[in-house]
Amino acid sequence: MASAYTPGLKIVGKTRFEKDRKLPMKGNVHVKKGDRITAEMVVASTHLPGNVTPMNVANILGCEPKEISDFMVKKQGDQLKKGEVIAETPGLWGFFKTQVQAAITGTLENVSTVTGQVILREPPIPVEVHGYVDGEVAEVYPDEGIRVATFGTFIQGIFGIGGEVVAPLKMVAKGPSDVLDAANILPEHKGKIVVGGSLVTAPALAKAIEVGVKGVIVGGYDAFDLKEFLGYDLGVAITGTEDKGITLVVTEGFGKINMAKKTFDLLASHEGKKTSINGATQIRAGVIRPEVVIPLEGVKEADLGGGVNMGMKPGTLVRIIRQPKFGAVAKVASLPEKPAHIPTEAKVRTVEIELLDSGERMILPRANVEIIEE
Amino acid sequence: MDIDKIESILATDCGSTTTKAILIEKRDGEFRLIVRGEAPTTVEAPVEDVTKGVLNAVAEVQELAGRQILNDAQTDLIKPRDKAGRGVDLYVSTSSAGGGLQMMVTGVVKTMSGESATRAALGAGAIVMDVMATNDGRLPHQKIQRIRHLRPDMILLSGGVDGGTTSHVTELAEIIAAASPKARLGIGYELPVLYAGNKDAAALVKERLQGKVALDFTENLRPTLEKENLMPARHKIQQLFLEHVMSHAPGYPNLMKMTDVDIMPTPGTVGDIMQLISRRKGLTVVGVDIGGATTDVFSVFQGIYNKSVSANYGMSYSISNVFAEAGLENIMRWVPFAMDERDLRNRVKNKMIRPTTIPSLLEELMVEQACAREALRLSFDQHRALAVGLKGIQQERTIGDVFDQTMTGQTLVNLKDLNMLIGSGGVLSHAPRRQQSAMMMIDAFLPEGITQLTVDSIFMMPQLGVLAKVHEQAALSVFDKDCLIYLGTCISPTGVLKDGAVALEATITMPDGSTVKKTCKFGDLEVVPLPVGQTARARLKPTYGLDMGNGDGVAIEAEVHGGVVGLIFDTRGRPLNLPTDDGERIKKLQSWNAALNLYPKN
Repeated sequence: MASAYTPGLKIVGKTRFEKDRKLPMKGNVHVKKGDRITAEMVVASTHLPGNVTPMNVANILGCEPKEISDFMVKKQGDQLKKGEVIAETPGLWGFFKTQVQAAITGTLENVSTVTGQVILREPPIPVEVHGYVDGEVAEVYPDEGIRVATFGTFIQGIFGIGGEVVAPLKMVAKGPSDVLDAANILPEHKGKIVVGGSLVTAPALAKAIEVGVKGVIVGGYDAFDLKEFLGYDLGVAITGTEDKGITLVVTEGFGKINMAKKTFDLLASHEGKKTSINGATQIRAGVIRPEVVIPLEGVKEADLGGGVNMGMKPGTLVRIIRQPKFGAVAKVASLPEKPAHIPTEAKVRTVEIELLDSGERMILPRANVEIIEE
Repeated sequence: MDIDKIESILATDCGSTTTKAILIEKRDGEFRLIVRGEAPTTVEAPVEDVTKGVLNAVAEVQELAGRQILNDAQTDLIKPRDKAGRGVDLYVSTSSAGGGLQMMVTGVVKTMSGESATRAALGAGAIVMDVMATNDGRLPHQKIQRIRHLRPDMILLSGGVDGGTTSHVTELAEIIAAASPKARLGIGYELPVLYAGNKDAAALVKERLQGKVALDFTENLRPTLEKENLMPARHKIQQLFLEHVMSHAPGYPNLMKMTDVDIMPTPGTVGDIMQLISRRKGLTVVGVDIGGATTDVFSVFQGIYNKSVSANYGMSYSISNVFAEAGLENIMRWVPFAMDERDLRNRVKNKMIRPTTIPSLLEELMVEQACAREALRLSFDQHRALAVGLKGIQQERTIGDVFDQTMTGQTLVNLKDLNMLIGSGGVLSHAPRRQQSAMMMIDAFLPEGITQLTVDSIFMMPQLGVLAKVHEQAALSVFDKDCLIYLGTCISPTGVLKDGAVALEATITMPDGSTVKKTCKFGDLEVVPLPVGQTARARLKPTYGLDMGNGDGVAIEAEVHGGVVGLIFDTRGRPLNLPTDDGERIKKLQSWNAALNLYPKN
């Protein structure tokens, strides 16, 4: 029987979710394998070297770079307070001294007699890594971090904005085709992750930030509104570090697109539960998609479904991911063996699909459908 | 290895998403492409071993070729071929997997050693993330922040002519030391820094960076203001790429054992094959490879090779950036129907987030090809700015140059001197009609005079580039016979006339001796069929106000080459001005599309 490999985004009701929680450089891990942790718990921490401030001492003193070691009051490795004198000229009979004061509080790291430059380094910057989801420490990477594991619902989005957020889930849309508008956002949504349907409008997003909503999960978002929201036209899909006061997870794509019914129903079934979301997206080598994780109590390995469905065969549920009928859900009717011509005249591998809502049959490039993983 | 005994060659290119394998064999005394196979690249989790993707691509090759190349366990190549004819004699590979080689370069003066360092890095196949210079306007702490933020794979530190001042380049070394940069590829990996600046400052640089980074030295890439010496730095970069970057990438140590020559960065090999073609055929060449994430442009003018990498212009991952940089109006000017801005923005962004989808409707294809024209144009603009003569040098002037106010650092790219334009990459190689490839290249590059147009049939230039290092004859034979598809010749006078005025009188003597006479009007596009492999003699007389290369209104005679499209008379003028009124613009685009039979009629 014909089959094809077209992986889709994961939308799984019960799964084992694992994620590395690593420091940007070596540090201390505060938990051990098997520990139960919460999303808010600090699991590892370190100190990044502080920012550096170069000061051209030779220029300030008006001397040759090679002479500065004669005028340095502080030496390499000394601790400094902002405003403290680090170099001075002897002046004339003790008067008319020229002094150089430390621009920051920190350490004197380097004195260069070639460039006349002195490098001051600020105190180390503490960095903490949190658990992100309620779960268990599955593995410890010594000095680097951990791998957290949990059982629960896992939904991958297609595009997102903003970083990790943990909050209770609140269904605002009544159905997957509802538009999330400003009037739907209420003060009681403060501190929650709200779920919309086919679109979140620009005024709705602005209102959400205003009332203190922590995150929005929605089917579609307009590319024009994204430009206005970010203040620039996003060129490359690498996101996650935006500081907009909210995290957005788009599940389907740009424009008004109904949220997949399965996604919507799953979210609705977990209303009120503690949910972890991350808008970080990287569509490059090493693709990262935004995600929604809802840890569930009492789920065991034995409750999980089979492996990931990587193959497409007649009967497989797919979603159309490009015009025509973008966003529609269909089932595979057949997988023609030979490449065929499509309306552009390109000769490509195709799939025959049957739309779930109308029963209409269409031939599409295989590249333009993705499996709905169950 | 006895080159004369080689009869079967396997070459792979490990791209960011796909690993492509080609099998080349000697048949009837000449090397030809036999089959091509591909498989997803396996650098990322869950496989994290590049050799797996290579073996999968080779498995497809052996299936299509109908003979065994891998051992029975499918874990390695049979090499050399055994008595039963299994295996291959030679295996070579290139790689751009994992984002290729990403470098930061430094120089004392941005437009002098900074530019030279950029050219050295690009020529070695790198993507230049940033150029840091003493005079780039940034404060030291901003430079330090930038280095920490970028996390390059390698830094090229240059600056200062030999015997010149040492303090500026030493300051750059101090900035790098203060930033204490960490490489992209993990915690335990020391960042390679290559010093190629003033030789007198080498000891000072060593003092500052030794022990903090993996420091290496090579000759000064700008030993005097008048001279660039890029080759030692290029070779060293490629060596460090293998020793440091590649050896840390998943599976590469094994792949390095399998290949007969060093693995090379993909863009470097494409440049090598372009140079070889230019040298062998005595042509000036511009080549372009438009990918999903990046677009590389190569040129050889006056015997000088230049390469640029536009890291964020491409047709899938970077399509939204093309849109952002070109602007809505520039994209829309190539779309031959009316379209709503919101709709267009959503389509472009949806392609960005689902990069593997393909246009299945004609209007979607037209929008993608409009974006391709702008991606190519922007990349070519960047290339022109980079492919320049050395800046800051003293020019000798004679009395004849008194009125010639040329500056140093003029672009070397002169379209009137261009003989051949080579297009490559999915949107050009796989366009449903070859006319579409020709038209995208003409609209983007706006060739002037007489220019031959070609496309790489299946994008095999990277493999041929690395093959040329060991077996030039095989690489050239396949390049000529299987790689290039000759589209035809574009004939385009420069200058502007009134629409509808007579622009060009052409008399073409066809290979069979017959004569075709043509009167081309300004603002039109026309095609005269001339099959692949045939040449004709053309006398081209432009109207006064237009120039075919010999001066205003002066006729030229030249040999023109045929192709699958034919001879394209482009008398739309240079610069090309499209009507500003939407209705008129659409009508004009539709008439040009019809003239070239660009799209299906309905």
